[in-house]
Amino acid sequence: MSKIAIIDYGMGNLRSVAKAIEHVSNGVEVVVTADPAEVLAADRVVFPGQGAMPDCMRELDARSLRPAVLEAARSKPFLGICIGQQMLFEHSEEGNVPGLGIFRGEVRRFPADKMVAVDGSRLKVPHMGWNEVWQKQAHPLWAGIEDGARFYYVHSYYVDPADPAIVAATTEYGIPFTGAVAQANIFAIQFHPEKSAHAGLQLLSNFVTWNP
Amino acid sequence: MLAKRIIPCLDVSAGRVVKGVNFVELRDAGDPVEVARRYDEQGADEITFLDITASSDDRNIILHVVEQVAEQVFIPLTVGGGVRTVDDVRRLLNAGADKVSINTAAVNNPQVVADASGKVGSQCIVVAIDAKQVSPGKWEVFTHGGRNRTGLDAIEWARRIESLGAGEILLTSMDRDGTKNGFDLELTRAVSDAVSIPVIASGGVGSLDHLADGVTKGRADAVLAASIFHFGDHTVREAKELMRARGIEVRL
Repeated sequence: MSKIAIIDYGMGNLRSVAKAIEHVSNGVEVVVTADPAEVLAADRVVFPGQGAMPDCMRELDARSLRPAVLEAARSKPFLGICIGQQMLFEHSEEGNVPGLGIFRGEVRRFPADKMVAVDGSRLKVPHMGWNEVWQKQAHPLWAGIEDGARFYYVHSYYVDPADPAIVAATTEYGIPFTGAVAQANIFAIQFHPEKSAHAGLQLLSNFVTWNP
Repeated sequence: MLAKRIIPCLDVSAGRVVKGVNFVELRDAGDPVEVARRYDEQGADEITFLDITASSDDRNIILHVVEQVAEQVFIPLTVGGGVRTVDDVRRLLNAGADKVSINTAAVNNPQVVADASGKVGSQCIVVAIDAKQVSPGKWEVFTHGGRNRTGLDAIEWARRIESLGAGEILLTSMDRDGTKNGFDLELTRAVSDAVSIPVIASGGVGSLDHLADGVTKGRADAVLAASIFHFGDHTVREAKELMRARGIEVRL
């Protein structure tokens, strides 16, 4: 029996993520857990995150979850969501904190001077709402999802990978930014699949059956 | 491009949708789960619940409603009404709300906005502003459904709550609410231009064109409406089709 662990390090409510995965995975066991052993025992791992990255990094370490996250990101189908994507990178401008450093690159804030729409109006930050996700590489997690499908975003920072080969999707908001990255067993997204209606459920369903 | 959002708003009292929803084929128009699911199917971008429960004994019922909706409807869910403390915010988020809207409590104690956004992140904190025009180009913040003046200038208040950490503003014109004459576009535009966080326009929608006007003339990032959708006059999809025809980016 397959088991999916959602890593709970005390930053925000993970109920929606768990319910959305249960909704698409016929009978797969979904656990929300802060126990490193349970993370290591799972077949698949979801690494979510909400709020500010410095708080997320602090709480992750306060629960001694870092080694389990690093091991899961090395060996299991691994889905990073929102701050859980940002934390995979080397460093964030938010609070000037180091991340886990699995991917090379920086987490940046949307630049104020570029936040202008085509009609000249101001683009608001946080970037909040449904935006188009343009797929930059074929990937099993995009199966059944139209190129340019809209997903729900809510964030003020985005990842800027040093290696363009890991970019799996981009979205435009004043600037083109990286919405998804992929490498081997890791897929990580800035948007919220658990809040993205059909497209989001499809992506989660793809993750549940993904065998990298 | 980022889509402009359409947000149906439901008044909920003691766990039931009130002010009657009138969809055909709905088995139970008072069931928040069923109504929310219907709006999701129509393509609503988010759903807002306003808890108007009068009795404090029944206050916790909204938490069960949120839990049930969040288990079955996978779009963002905002809950407001009677939110006073950071604990209230946390309870709603833990039940499955994505954002919590604070209104009177923010006026009475602005620090609650800072405390709540510091604890759970700005992205979860919506501050609701109920405004009434007091002179040309000037609006005052009111509370208690437009009965109580606060002495606060709506534009200055919007800037203040942004600096305190609000992630979004739900702006309701008390002059227009319930009139079906359309949003107060001048107010919407003044607030939207004054802040760099998203603004949801609310109050007065009587036609689909009013929704589009809120975006094009009011510069709102999202538009909220209740009765126009509840009574089956129009679906969210129809609203989006009209907005698209008027050149507005929507999720269809």
